[in-house]
Amino acid sequence: MDKSIGDLFLILVSAMLVTNFTLFYFLGLCPFMGVSAKVETALRMGLANIFVMTITSLVASFLNQFVLPHAPYLQTISFIVVIASLVQIVEMTIKKFSPTLFRELGIFLPLITTNCAILGLAGWQTGLGYSYVDGLFYALGAGFGVTLALVLMASIREKMELSDVPAVARNMGLVLIIAGTLSLAFMGFSGLFTS
Amino acid sequence: MRATTPQQDFIRGVWDENPVLIQLLGLCPALAVTNTVLNSLAMSGATLFVLLGSSLFISTLKKVIPYEVRISTYILIIATFVTIVDMALHAQAPSVYRDIGNFIPLIVVNCMILGRQEAFASKRPVGRALLDALGTAAGFTIAMLMMGTFREVVGSGTLFQDTRWAFNVFGPNYEPWVVMISPPGGFFTLGFILLFLGWWETRKAQKREIRHWPHSVRVTSRKEAA
Repeated sequence: MDKSIGDLFLILVSAMLVTNFTLFYFLGLCPFMGVSAKVETALRMGLANIFVMTITSLVASFLNQFVLPHAPYLQTISFIVVIASLVQIVEMTIKKFSPTLFRELGIFLPLITTNCAILGLAGWQTGLGYSYVDGLFYALGAGFGVTLALVLMASIREKMELSDVPAVARNMGLVLIIAGTLSLAFMGFSGLFTS
Repeated sequence: MRATTPQQDFIRGVWDENPVLIQLLGLCPALAVTNTVLNSLAMSGATLFVLLGSSLFISTLKKVIPYEVRISTYILIIATFVTIVDMALHAQAPSVYRDIGNFIPLIVVNCMILGRQEAFASKRPVGRALLDALGTAAGFTIAMLMMGTFREVVGSGTLFQDTRWAFNVFGPNYEPWVVMISPPGGFFTLGFILLFLGWWETRKAQKREIRHWPHSVRVTSRKEAA
C-alpha cells in the first residue's frame, strides 16, 4: 500500500512503454488491426480504452478485496461478467447524459468488452498484487500505451495509402510486419529501468 | 443457411476458413505463446478443450437459451471451461503454466471461439457442432504449430525444447536469432506467412487465368462492353 510517487510513476511508465500491452503482450490486436486505418478513429478508440481500463481496474480491485478471497475459482468468470455488464451500464449512462460523447465513441464502447486487453489488465493486476492506487496507475499506463500504439500505427498506415505497395502485400501481412518493426523499436525501452 | 455435408463442416475450419491464417481471429494467443513448440501445443490443446466443451453445451442447450441474452450465456459457458482448463494445467504442468498461464484466461475473449458458437453451434445439431469445433481447433493448431516450429527453430536453434525429445537443429555453433522468440518475432513470423499466402493466391489466380485465357478474355470484354 505504501508506495511513493516514484514507484507509481514507474508502474505507469513501464506499463506504457516497456511492457506495452499491444506491442509486447499482443493484447487488443483486433482493434489494432481493425480501426487503425485513420488517426482520428484510432485516437477515439484509444480514449475509449483508457476510460474502460480505468473503471475495470477499480472494479477488479474491489472484487479482489471483497469477493475473490472467498471464491478464488470464480476469478475469470466474475471478471468477464462484471466487465461486460459494466460496459453496458457505462454505455447507457453516457447515452443518457452526453449524447455527443456517445456519438464520438460510437461502436467502440461495446466492442471493448470483448477486447482481451481489458480482461488481461484485470487478471494481471491481480497477479501482480496491486492495490487500488497501483492498479489505477497500471490501468492508465496500459491505456496510454494502447493509445500510443494505435495512433502510431494509424499514422504509418495513412502514409502507406499514398505509397506504391506491391499487390501481394496489400493484405494484413504488411501491417503485421510494420507492427513488428514498431515492437522492435519499443523493445529499446526495456533498458530504461535496469540500473 | 446452406446445407453442408459433415466433411465440409470439418474441413472448412482446417484450411478454407482457417481461424488464424485466413480470418485473422485469435491472434493474441497465436502471437504471444508461440515461442516454443511445447507452448504452442499446450495452448492449442487448451483451446481445443474449451471449443469442444462449449460447442457441445451450446448446441445441446440451443433451444433453452433465450435469444436476447445468448451472447452473455455463451461467454459464461466458455468462461467456465476456461476456468477448468486453467486449473487443470496449473496442477498438471506447472512449468508450462509458468510460461503461458497469463494467457490462458484470455481464451475467454478469443473471438474465434465466440464466433463459432454464434455462427454455427447455436444453429446446428450436436454432432455437426462438434465436428465444426474439431475442424476449427485443428486449423488453429496447424497455424500455432507453423509459427511455433519456425520461431523455435530459428530463435533458439532447438526443437521440442523442455521435452524429452529436445535436440539441436543446427548443432552447437548456431547463433540463435533471439529476436524471433521475443515479441517482434511473433509479428514478423505471422506477417511473412500472410505475405507468402497472398503471393501464393495471386500466383494461383494468374495461372488459372492463363489456362482459360480465351474464356477469360471473352468475359472481360463483355463486362467492359456492358
